Amino acid sequence: MELLIKNGAVVDPVNGNKGDKTDISIKDGKIVKTVSSKATIIDAGGRLVMAGGVDAHSHIAGAKVNVGRMMRPEDSRSGISPRTKITRPCTGYTVPNVYAMGYRYAQMGYTTVFEAAQAIMKARHTHEELEEIPIIDKGALTLFGSNWPTMDFVREKDMDKLAAYVSWGLLASRGFGVKCVNPGGGEMWGFGKNVTGIDDVVPGFDVTPKEIIVSLMKVNEMLGLPHSVHLHCNNLGNPGNYKTTLASMELANQVKASKKRQVMHVTHLLFNSWGGTNWGDFESKADEVANFLNNHKNVTGDMGQMIFGSATTMTADGPKQYANAKLLHAKWSNGDVELEDASGVVPIYYVKQISVHAIMWAIGLELALLTKDPYQMLLTTDHPNGGPFVNYSEVIALLMSNKKRQEEIKTVHEAVHAKNKLPGLDRELDFSEIAIMTRAGTAKVLGLLDTKGHLGVGADADISIYDIKPDQIDPTVEHAKIKSAFSSAAYTIKGGNVVVKDGQITATPLGRTYWVDAKVPQQHHDEMMKDIVKKFKNYYSMQLANYMVQDEYLTHQQVVKAGIIPAEVN
Amino acid sequence: MTVITDALCPFCGCLCDDLTIVVENNKITDIKNACKLGSAKIMGHHRIEAPMMRADKKSEFKEVSYDEAINEAASILFKSKRPLMYGWASAVCEVHKKGILLAEEVGAIIDNTATVCHAPSTLAVHEKGLPTATLGQVKNRSDVVVFWGSNPVHAHPRHMGRYSVFAKGFFQEKGRKGRKVIVVDVRKTETASMADEFVQVQQGSDYLVISALRAILSGHADVVPESVGGVTKEQLSKLVDTLKAAKFGAVFFGMGLTQSISRYKNIDNAISLITELNAYTKYVITPMRGHYNVTGFGQVCSWETGFATAVDFARGAPYYNPGETAANDVLMRKETDAAMIIAGDAGAHFPADSVRHLARIPVVQIDPYWNPTTEVSNVVIPVAICGVEVEGTAYRMDGVSMRMRKMIEPTLPTDVEILEKITQRVRELRGE
Amino acid sequence: MTLNAILITGRTINQGATIENKTSLDYQEATALCELNSKDIGILGIKPGSQISVKTDHGDVVVKLKENNGNPDGMAFIPMGPWANAVVDPDTKGCGMPGFKGIKARLEPTDKKILSMKDLIARYK
Repeated sequence: MELLIKNGAVVDPVNGNKGDKTDISIKDGKIVKTVSSKATIIDAGGRLVMAGGVDAHSHIAGAKVNVGRMMRPEDSRSGISPRTKITRPCTGYTVPNVYAMGYRYAQMGYTTVFEAAQAIMKARHTHEELEEIPIIDKGALTLFGSNWPTMDFVREKDMDKLAAYVSWGLLASRGFGVKCVNPGGGEMWGFGKNVTGIDDVVPGFDVTPKEIIVSLMKVNEMLGLPHSVHLHCNNLGNPGNYKTTLASMELANQVKASKKRQVMHVTHLLFNSWGGTNWGDFESKADEVANFLNNHKNVTGDMGQMIFGSATTMTADGPKQYANAKLLHAKWSNGDVELEDASGVVPIYYVKQISVHAIMWAIGLELALLTKDPYQMLLTTDHPNGGPFVNYSEVIALLMSNKKRQEEIKTVHEAVHAKNKLPGLDRELDFSEIAIMTRAGTAKVLGLLDTKGHLGVGADADISIYDIKPDQIDPTVEHAKIKSAFSSAAYTIKGGNVVVKDGQITATPLGRTYWVDAKVPQQHHDEMMKDIVKKFKNYYSMQLANYMVQDEYLTHQQVVKAGIIPAEVN
Repeated sequence: MTVITDALCPFCGCLCDDLTIVVENNKITDIKNACKLGSAKIMGHHRIEAPMMRADKKSEFKEVSYDEAINEAASILFKSKRPLMYGWASAVCEVHKKGILLAEEVGAIIDNTATVCHAPSTLAVHEKGLPTATLGQVKNRSDVVVFWGSNPVHAHPRHMGRYSVFAKGFFQEKGRKGRKVIVVDVRKTETASMADEFVQVQQGSDYLVISALRAILSGHADVVPESVGGVTKEQLSKLVDTLKAAKFGAVFFGMGLTQSISRYKNIDNAISLITELNAYTKYVITPMRGHYNVTGFGQVCSWETGFATAVDFARGAPYYNPGETAANDVLMRKETDAAMIIAGDAGAHFPADSVRHLARIPVVQIDPYWNPTTEVSNVVIPVAICGVEVEGTAYRMDGVSMRMRKMIEPTLPTDVEILEKITQRVRELRGE
Repeated sequence: MTLNAILITGRTINQGATIENKTSLDYQEATALCELNSKDIGILGIKPGSQISVKTDHGDVVVKLKENNGNPDGMAFIPMGPWANAVVDPDTKGCGMPGFKGIKARLEPTDKKILSMKDLIARYK
């Protein structure tokens, strides 16, 4: 099938296009140089054309998302729409059902989304849900930061075995990359405890979070994985945690990247850029974190922007979630996974007139505005922790318009004037910078820039067209139009198929699931498996033979090959 | 002869995955590691051999072809204004997905066996969340284990050995000797006989007893009378001390809480107790789920519809309100005008009034076995047995999913095949 | 003699082992029974194995008497299944769950036969 998009104002930073009228030719799901005269023509009519959106961190599938649905029928009851001839019924706002996940991302012009955390033992569940999320391509990052084998091999300083474990764990979970959440803390939460910083020793395992982070970075680069280590720092959500965050980011200097990308991605920095010592003197340290990024090209981050209103916090950071539940007097679910990690789910309502919430909201925006290179600060809401992904258009409008920010600041708690730099920041991002934060940058950080995040020849034909004409709009003033356009694409094209037209779903093809098959020398694998076999014999509550995710759960898989590379890695 | 190792047991929520099955000529001849319940199911019983139909429920069934039975089943659902699709717990998740799609298409209420089991626990989770953990956490760490209104010796025979009481783990090398086992029940069950401490509550008093424990835990022992729900204040105080002294405590609860007066409020209160205990030490709480994949239906239904069960599709969009939309609610109100019962036995496990209404309306049964539901059915479609003859996904009581193995080849169609054909036929009847 | 008791229902291992075989006598043996402690059995003045009539506000059923000294005084237990469900409280109390435990019951000796599963369900047609 051939498709030709004519007269689009194409914003494609990877290929140097800043809104010039460029035709895009599509054949067999890919962008090509030219198509025949038989191609179906879409006349963009001067409207904004971008690559399909790519989300590098969102909680869209798996055990904790479903826990969110089960404990929040009040959330499922919002956002209900009945089935149509094309679509299944939709429910939910912060924890939508699987169909709404796919439809709503597609309606925003997003075509690729990565689930941010799965425990290996519960990965089959993640894939069951991913299989039912329509339209978008997807994948899931696998938790390694508190796994007993990880900590054993780190303590033994055996990077070959650790690399073999990561390789095997990615296969077992059909995972795309290495997620590390509150390293060491997940294990300690098994007895209701937590680490307080990157130098604490984890009882029973005799390793520190710092050693875990550095070791996982080392093996990540030994394996040449497409994505870097994806870090959720220790001390998340505690006033004063920016020091832990800076110390963690500093560790990136100990490892050299094996690819043209960062060596560490630090996620949802909004929750990790906090000053002060308590909720009274709580303040933003986004400037310190952004300043670090401006001076260190080997680290990237994402915002985790907060959206006022209902959110559902969900994370492998179990101790943080118990603390949240106590603080908020909210309902609390906990989901420890034996030998692997913790997790918790707690609903929250972010309120403009609560000083801490207002300061948090401003921190996210500061991170994006103070980080000079948009390739280093991706747009996320850490869905649904900061807020649901359907609000990305609000974040885009805020970043593009100081006028909108100033209007918003008037409506939030006055603390932002004393505790944040935001009121004085006048940077306004342009369409190219937005395209980087939502497409090119996310694809690059994930290691998928060959086929995702741009519109060059050879890229996947994942394209969004928005109902705005870049040469006729001033986003700094007409921010309402920006928000409206980015919330509902005029067209979304996925793999060459029109899946959204005028904001409505027109087709629901099933996307692919990305995972990484990373090879290690057989001998390393065999040595590592001796330890794994023992762990199953003695400690797991299930059999090794039933542990790994089977092929049946990946009907549309996209395998990315990686493995031990010959280059020297320190 | 084929030997299948690491096979999963299709009986209870323990979902034991260490069975060895010996197969000769497509017959299972030996089972190792299974308990009495699992063995009985896997070794098999008398099956319904062919589809059957009858117009008058007092008359005898006549054998029919699968096509005839499927057409009639589709016709019943198509004509119904208020269909109920109930059961699902003895089937794999792949069946649930087909069932929910069909329920959407015919505007049915879909509900599962949790409605007479742990659905009240789900209501409590709506109120309080669920602080829990995988069973291996309990095996590796627990030093206090409480069974409250649950009787694993009878209902989950390998639970104590594999996961909770006798199991040895990384931080719990001693197994049984390293653990205090507490049983709270209204009668001294076999499980209670094995406990270090038995707390006997008066029937229907669990809520009071939990409240008393919470009061003592929070330093308000002064408001607790000398005896609560048949338990002395002294024993309650001692119990609180034991609970607090744990390094890792686990509470497993059953029908003693979900089916007694107060229903979900019992569990709501118990979850609050667990949450409060976490201020002192680590505690988790887990429902003892009955069928091997009753948990799976709740999972699939939640991710597909946003709600765990009792979902009403009459409006085209999911509507959920147990008390109004649960199976016994709609049967008792005589609101349902047709029912499909699949992989569950409403005839045996619903109160008489509900079964009386089923006897009055057209009923389609999809099941391998003849049971009380068959007695009130008009159309009976026998199928292969999930987890024995059909592979697929099941969720253990702690939410860990595994893939059931096929032990022998089926001789009858699968639930998935039957549901797909009914759905197809319904679409034809609608002219689609 | 009549005994007023509180009735609960629930799982047993034999009920579970025969649950997929509900047309069998084994299932009836496993579930068409009522457990009382020996003191309560003494009040009724009959022996375990005798038939006993269980009546509640919601129905009546005849089952076999069985001794279980784990039961406190005044507590009757019938394994879950069609015989138990002939007498449980159907009211879901607004939360979907019928009353399977804690039902006031009147127990007395009877000469009446224990109905088979088929005959029991036939009463509802």
